[in-house]
Amino acid sequence: MLLNQFLILAAAMFALGVYGLLVRRNIVLILLSVELMLNAVNINLVAFESYLRSSEAIGQVFAIFVITVAAAEVGIGLAIVLMIFRNRRSSNVDDLSLMRW
Amino acid sequence: MTDWLILAQEGGHEIHAGDGGWWADTAGIMLLLPLVAFLLILPFGKRMKYDGAELAIGALAINTVWASVLLYLNATEGVLTQTTFEIARIGSDLVFELGWVVDGLSIIMYFLVSLVGLLVFIYAVGYMKGDRRVPWFFAAFSLFAGAMLVLVGAPNLIQMIIGWEGVGLASYLLIGFYWEDIENVKAGNKAFLTNKVADVGLVLGAILVGLAVGTWDFFAINEAAVAHDEALAAVAVVGGALLFFGAMGKSAQFPLHIWLPDAMAGPTPVSALMHAATMVTAGIYLMARLFPLYENLAQAVRPAMIAIGAITLFGIGLLALVAKDIKKVLAYSTVSQLGYMMTVMAAGGYTAGMFHLFTHAFFKALLFLGAGSVIHAVHSNYMQDMGGLRKFMPYTYWTFIVGSLALAGVGLSGFWSKDEILVTLGEEGYQLVMWLAIGGAFVTAFYMARVVALTFHGTYKGQGEPHESPRIMTVPLVILAIPAAIAGLINIPGVTWPSIGNFTEWLSVRVVAMGDFHPETVDWLIAGVGLLAAVAGVVVGWIIYSRDRLTQADRDDFEIPVLYTVFRHGYWVDDAAYGVVGATKGPVAQFVDWTNTYVIDAVVNGAAFLTMKLGSFVYGTVDQKGVDGVVHGISAAADSAGSALRKMQTGRVQQYAASFVGGALILVVVFVFLT
Amino acid sequence: MSFVDWISEPVNWVYAAIGLVVLYSAFRVVTVKNVVHAALFLVASLAGTAGLFLILGAEFVAWVLVLVYIGAVIVLFLFGIMITRAPTGKDENLDSQKKVWPAILSIGVFVAMAGSSISAFESQLINDVGEPTSTEVIGEALLGRFVIPFEVVSFVLLAALIGGITIARRDLSPAEEEERHAV
Repeated sequence: MLLNQFLILAAAMFALGVYGLLVRRNIVLILLSVELMLNAVNINLVAFESYLRSSEAIGQVFAIFVITVAAAEVGIGLAIVLMIFRNRRSSNVDDLSLMRW
Repeated sequence: MTDWLILAQEGGHEIHAGDGGWWADTAGIMLLLPLVAFLLILPFGKRMKYDGAELAIGALAINTVWASVLLYLNATEGVLTQTTFEIARIGSDLVFELGWVVDGLSIIMYFLVSLVGLLVFIYAVGYMKGDRRVPWFFAAFSLFAGAMLVLVGAPNLIQMIIGWEGVGLASYLLIGFYWEDIENVKAGNKAFLTNKVADVGLVLGAILVGLAVGTWDFFAINEAAVAHDEALAAVAVVGGALLFFGAMGKSAQFPLHIWLPDAMAGPTPVSALMHAATMVTAGIYLMARLFPLYENLAQAVRPAMIAIGAITLFGIGLLALVAKDIKKVLAYSTVSQLGYMMTVMAAGGYTAGMFHLFTHAFFKALLFLGAGSVIHAVHSNYMQDMGGLRKFMPYTYWTFIVGSLALAGVGLSGFWSKDEILVTLGEEGYQLVMWLAIGGAFVTAFYMARVVALTFHGTYKGQGEPHESPRIMTVPLVILAIPAAIAGLINIPGVTWPSIGNFTEWLSVRVVAMGDFHPETVDWLIAGVGLLAAVAGVVVGWIIYSRDRLTQADRDDFEIPVLYTVFRHGYWVDDAAYGVVGATKGPVAQFVDWTNTYVIDAVVNGAAFLTMKLGSFVYGTVDQKGVDGVVHGISAAADSAGSALRKMQTGRVQQYAASFVGGALILVVVFVFLT
Repeated sequence: MSFVDWISEPVNWVYAAIGLVVLYSAFRVVTVKNVVHAALFLVASLAGTAGLFLILGAEFVAWVLVLVYIGAVIVLFLFGIMITRAPTGKDENLDSQKKVWPAILSIGVFVAMAGSSISAFESQLINDVGEPTSTEVIGEALLGRFVIPFEVVSFVLLAALIGGITIARRDLSPAEEEERHAV
């Protein structure tokens, strides 16, 4: 196995996540794209760990932390989406451009 | 402080001078005491029993004792010292010092001012009794005494000028003492302004001489004169002439004599002390101080000095013949005697001039005080209101006789001093002036006989019952009569008294040799001629005036047609002076007004205009357009920048995310691929 | 290593298969016009990722991924979708109209990342994985060297918990507040 095969896969996934972040209108879908990006990072981490073979599996431990934080972030994010929906009756990100000139 | 101690060589005999000890070192107190009295009388005089006279008399009494001690020290061992305090300094050479000098000349003056002043002050207590503003009188009189002492004790020209102006101020204040009458004020103004005209010469002369020598110190100037210093020689004639012009004003030489007769408007004690004995002698004193200058370097001025002195001596003396006011007679007489002093001083008679000054102070003060006594009794100055007063006022009469004989030169002190003048004039080669002086002696005796006859003899023409003056006035008269009688004895040529020497020796304690003439023995011929002239004058005057006529017109009635008019108008000198002033004041005032309007005001207005223009320029261009422009420009720039940049804030999160990613991408590319 | 050598290893077949699934699913996540379908495609992508982890010998991480991500996070997403009343059918307005710049940007990102990976790690091999990493090792690491990050992450979770509750709480009107307190 080449190292690069995983890295390029992860890069592609990351790029797709970026695309989704910038294109999607629904806030929840934007969060979904963020999850994609985080996932790509995870692949990178684990691939590097296998390549480097550290004694304490540092890459994998880091990947666990990323997953944990992602979960926390989703919790908060969705709470915020809930509030937005209650206030604005819409989950379209274009309707949220109030802080503009 | 600088102490001087010099030995002088004078024509063969050496003169030794001591330093006068403690009396000379602290002699400055003499100068200050009357001034302190002046300052104290001003606030406290009116609360004192004798209106402040106690302070004035006390100051002068102390001074008299002090001066007497100094005189004795000088007579026995000689005193020659000077104490100065440096007040200011210009550069490294020109110093302004104040202090006092104690040598033969100044000791005589200290003694004179203090003693005569003391007696006049005591007299004035009685004379001014019940008069108005008496404390102010004694205050101004003390100021005068202090200023006069500052003048005669001056070690340099600057202090002398300070004293000079001080006595001029006191003179003005006292002549105009009865200022309720406008004529007295005018007399005061005339005195002050005439002296001020002369002071121009004085100050200019002082500046010239001082800058040439590098110092104003008298000792230094005299030494430079004797050594024929080149710088001083260059300015000596002009400076000497200017200084003489200054002396002319104060000592009432023709034509600046016009103020002295009018100055009789002041109270009689003032006339006695200031305008007879001391202040008017300041000019003579200046000439005496700078005698080496005139003797060695400024000989060219001397003929003019002698001429003016001679005119004064004789011409003004004649004016006394026709005066109807007793004080005016004495005033003209004073001017004439000052002419004697100035003439002989210019002719080289240093000792003769000072000796006459010395004796004149005593008998002239005596005569004035006597006249004051008469005026006090009769309440009028005019001799037509007097007559026969010898029955009522014996003390006044006999002391007046003593003074008159002294003035006329019939024995007594005036005889010896006048004789020395005549001899000096003759020996120095001024024969014509000598004969003129002898003629003047005749005239003097004549008008004094007239005064005595009109005042004390005949029958009383006035009102009321005159009586003798109180003792406080007659005692000074008697005391003054003593030196008036015997002062001449201290300078009989060739006579030297044991242990006190004679006047010539007192005077010769000085820094440099004067090279003046003083007679060694009595010249009996000249003495006889002078005595003869005087006696002749007395006799003629007596014969003419003593006949008792009932009216003044009868007694005084021969008026030589032309001469009488000329004399009465005082040779029209007064009118000429008024004419000159009247003619020039218009154009001068107009010129000054023009200058003020077109020059000074133009400058001021121009400056204001420029300032306004500058102000409006700064406001309009610099502030409105410049500074405000910059400020507005900055704000406009910020505004437009903000307007442009704010369009970035769309509020759309995805755009923010896009720019975020784009920026990160660029950084990655730069850092990873390009570096 | 040449492509032939690469293909001859069986591991790489598995990799190729799973990789295709992952990429296709990720692509569909961002392009499908149905919200719920997007979430479900993400599930597929995540599952594929778990498989990749297994190939790499990271068992623990793989199963944590499945449990946490797929089991909790996606469910949370579905909750969110339902509560925000997202249209559950085909929704034409799901994407923004402007797609050019995002596409360029994402391609740029991909090129940057891939390019740097290739230039740095060309032909580096992951050697034989051998035994999969044991949970014991991860456990020792978590509670040994990384004990502090571990505790901090627990704080993060606590904060997220409290934050979520606080943010999403429904504001009570004064009448209801009164009623609550009375009880």
